Amino acid sequence: MDFILQPWPWYVVGPLIALTMFLLLYFGKEFGVSNTLRVACSAAGAQKFSEFFHWDWRSQKWNLIFVGGGVIGGFISYMFLEADHTVALASSTVENMRDMGLTNIGESYLPSQIFDPEEITVGTVAYLIVAGFLVGFGARYAGGCTSGHAISGLANLQLPSLIAVIGFFIGGMAMTYYILPHILPF
Amino acid sequence: MKYLKFLGIGVIFGIALTKGQVVSWYRIIEMFYFDSFHMYGIIGSAVVLGIIIVQYIKSKKVKSIEGQLITFNPKNKSVARYLIGGTFFGLGWAMAGACPGPMYLLLGRGYWLILLVIFGALLGTFVYGLLRHKLPH
Repeated sequence: MDFILQPWPWYVVGPLIALTMFLLLYFGKEFGVSNTLRVACSAAGAQKFSEFFHWDWRSQKWNLIFVGGGVIGGFISYMFLEADHTVALASSTVENMRDMGLTNIGESYLPSQIFDPEEITVGTVAYLIVAGFLVGFGARYAGGCTSGHAISGLANLQLPSLIAVIGFFIGGMAMTYYILPHILPF
Repeated sequence: MKYLKFLGIGVIFGIALTKGQVVSWYRIIEMFYFDSFHMYGIIGSAVVLGIIIVQYIKSKKVKSIEGQLITFNPKNKSVARYLIGGTFFGLGWAMAGACPGPMYLLLGRGYWLILLVIFGALLGTFVYGLLRHKLPH
């Protein structure tokens, strides 16, 4: 039982992600989470503004159900499967984060200075919307996100997916090393 | 009823990513610092197993539950869209500490402010739809 309540190691989580991809393939679907954003835009009537949203989005409803299951999974894990909610980080990461002004590092899954509603400011609202914007815009521009490119695409040995993943790391490292220290909203 | 299986697969996915702390902002930053093997082990083992699964499906001509051959659509060949789009995505991934899957999963942990990130992601998707013909692909 103790194993269940501790954070799961990579060699358990990675195979479960592969299992997710396999089950979706077996049920005739493609593993790609960011597609749900395009589905949601289309369902909200975005095809009035761009033909990009004029497609057979109704055939993608399963993906919304899938992420709905993901929300439930996140809830089950939080409520029943965690001895505590801390994250044991590498000490060099903790030091770097401290230098950026973060406090209580790793005491919960997300930094309260950004994600705690009690500490909300205009700055954090802007920060979170811009962050999401880059993810949504970049995912559609690149034609996929971590699940579509880094997992499904690489599993199918697609060179475009490798290029996309290289892009993910160029952007992620530039943000982490050079931009984050200046824009964290606290 | 026919959608129930996707709900179930989503639950497995949600528990796996949450228990693996892939949904943690801190873990994503740690990954970009290359300070821990954890995230690389997760993505790496998923990809290696994924390659085996895809090769098996192709060579054995595995059929889906509906009896149709499982096929894979090759991605369009290009560099610009993947590199530029990927870089935008990476900037957001490190900033939000979450890619699209974890964004949803974090709702299950009661992090309501993640709705702002999801709102931003919808906006970004919409703006891509508007600008797509003006962008290099």
